Amino acid sequence: MADSSPNVALLQRWLDRWLPKLSLIPSGLASLIFIYAFIAWTIWLSFTSSSLLPSNNFAGLKEYDVLFQLDIWWVSVANLAIFGVLYVAFCLAIGLFLAILLDQKIRAEGWLRTIYLYPLALSLVVTGVVWKWMLNPSLGLEHVVQSLGWTGFSFDWLIDPNMAIYTVVIAAVWQASGFVTALFLAGLRGIDSSIIKAAQMDGASLPRVYLSIIIPSLRPVFFSAVILLVSLAIKSFDLVIALTGGGPGYSTWVPAIFMYDFGFNRGQIGLGAAAATLMMAAVALAMLPMLFAELKERRDGRSH
Amino acid sequence: MAAATEDGIQRGGLIARVLIYGVLIFAAAYFLLPLYVMLTTSFKTLGQISGGSLLSLPSPWSTEGWSAAWSSACTGGDCTGLHQYFWNSVRFTVPAVLLSTLFGAINGYALTKWRFRGSELIFALLLGGTFVPFQMFLLPMANVLGKLGLANSLAGLTLVHTVYGIAFTTLFCRNYYVSIPDELVKAARIDGAGFFSTFRYVILPLSTPILMVCIIWQFTQIWNDFLFGVVFTSGGSHPITVALNNLVNTSSTGIKRYNVDMAGAIITALPTLVVYMVAGRYFMRGLTAGAVKG
Repeated sequence: MADSSPNVALLQRWLDRWLPKLSLIPSGLASLIFIYAFIAWTIWLSFTSSSLLPSNNFAGLKEYDVLFQLDIWWVSVANLAIFGVLYVAFCLAIGLFLAILLDQKIRAEGWLRTIYLYPLALSLVVTGVVWKWMLNPSLGLEHVVQSLGWTGFSFDWLIDPNMAIYTVVIAAVWQASGFVTALFLAGLRGIDSSIIKAAQMDGASLPRVYLSIIIPSLRPVFFSAVILLVSLAIKSFDLVIALTGGGPGYSTWVPAIFMYDFGFNRGQIGLGAAAATLMMAAVALAMLPMLFAELKERRDGRSH
Repeated sequence: MAAATEDGIQRGGLIARVLIYGVLIFAAAYFLLPLYVMLTTSFKTLGQISGGSLLSLPSPWSTEGWSAAWSSACTGGDCTGLHQYFWNSVRFTVPAVLLSTLFGAINGYALTKWRFRGSELIFALLLGGTFVPFQMFLLPMANVLGKLGLANSLAGLTLVHTVYGIAFTTLFCRNYYVSIPDELVKAARIDGAGFFSTFRYVILPLSTPILMVCIIWQFTQIWNDFLFGVVFTSGGSHPITVALNNLVNTSSTGIKRYNVDMAGAIITALPTLVVYMVAGRYFMRGLTAGAVKG
């Protein structure tokens, strides 16, 4: 048989040694270029005076200087802060609350979970389009409430520059809170029931058991949910475009819109790159303390 | 866990149970409301919309919104509805899903069953992409796509989605293959099977669940993408998400046609909704895997 010949065995051994590495080359190369080289390239662009086309004229921190003097940038940052804080807080609160309720031996739990989670399958553009219609000041929910008899009711946040960013919060929380519910529910199911039994045996009330045992032990879920929600918030773009288009005026701009508009529509590539770089820095900053906390927690946990 | 809280709730009695069910059903209504509004509005006529309530049922039901959204509504410059953009999305989503899943499966297999010095480093390298905001890639990618002659093309979108999907599929597959016993692979190797035949005959038959997770995750991400679509394509090669946004913001006659908007929104949402209905459990598994590690 050919299989027993030394040459074939040698070839086989050579292939076994190299094929695994060769098979990783396309992806490895792709990530080197399309992730790491691109990151470096964008950072470099933020230090150049690129306008319509990328150029290599080093300009130091000039683009950042310009950026920091633009009112529209600070509006975007402030919007992101408002949106991010409310989005994360409401998603966590609603998610935890619904998960605890769902965990009380509920009949039809599967159905409810399916309903809570489906918004996440939708495109954010669809979500934006639907909420834009529902929040329509003359024909939407305002009209519904008025026709219930409360004729003075007014809900025109969508066209109010001071309130429009909160409509983004409303739609975004609707989209993601079912997902956070599912994360918390998975966490609740993973808790060792003997600890809870023991606490109840000691006479602890149910709210007390939740507050001092169950919720603290959901720490890892909080950790991953916050990381996920924060990075979703920083990247949020589609929803704002579809819901408010950044308006009225530029009152609901966020950094992702700023980056897109300056980088691609206004021919200010240097500014766009600077905005992107700051967004990446923000994601990194948001994650680092939590990563350290988690690593420390793990190390402490192991040493006990 | 469940047993313990059940005791507690039973102590609270019937009123507590009723309250809990009430809140849960209210929440369900809140999540379903936009879907209900979308569906009912899409079947109304413009007269019913401006004269009636947001929450009323259409009477009579009309499909004019649907036919306009599919074949005659204006999306920016042209007025041919969403149908060609729907097929655009199909044409780049399907290959990008399959390619990124294939690469992810092979990477995951090589990284777990054929470990070598540096394989963990490669894994870390691949994962780096999951955290970075895509905004960091837009300007260079636009440049590179232009140089490759792929600007404003479905092939370009396929490339972009494949490249940035591999990080996720590799993560999912690696975490899954770690739990497959190494002995299976070792036995196949002793029988003379090589790298690819072991994958084909030992690993692949065991991979259905994780391939489902990858395919569903990637399909949802890529179909729903707006950012890459709006940055890298224009006009006739837009994906459906971008076309929907254009449709909603183009009013040829100055009158907002909400029934057309809502029908367009459902057309855009339908493929991922169907996937969610059919294979929801895989969907959830991908989400948690992505959330915990991604």
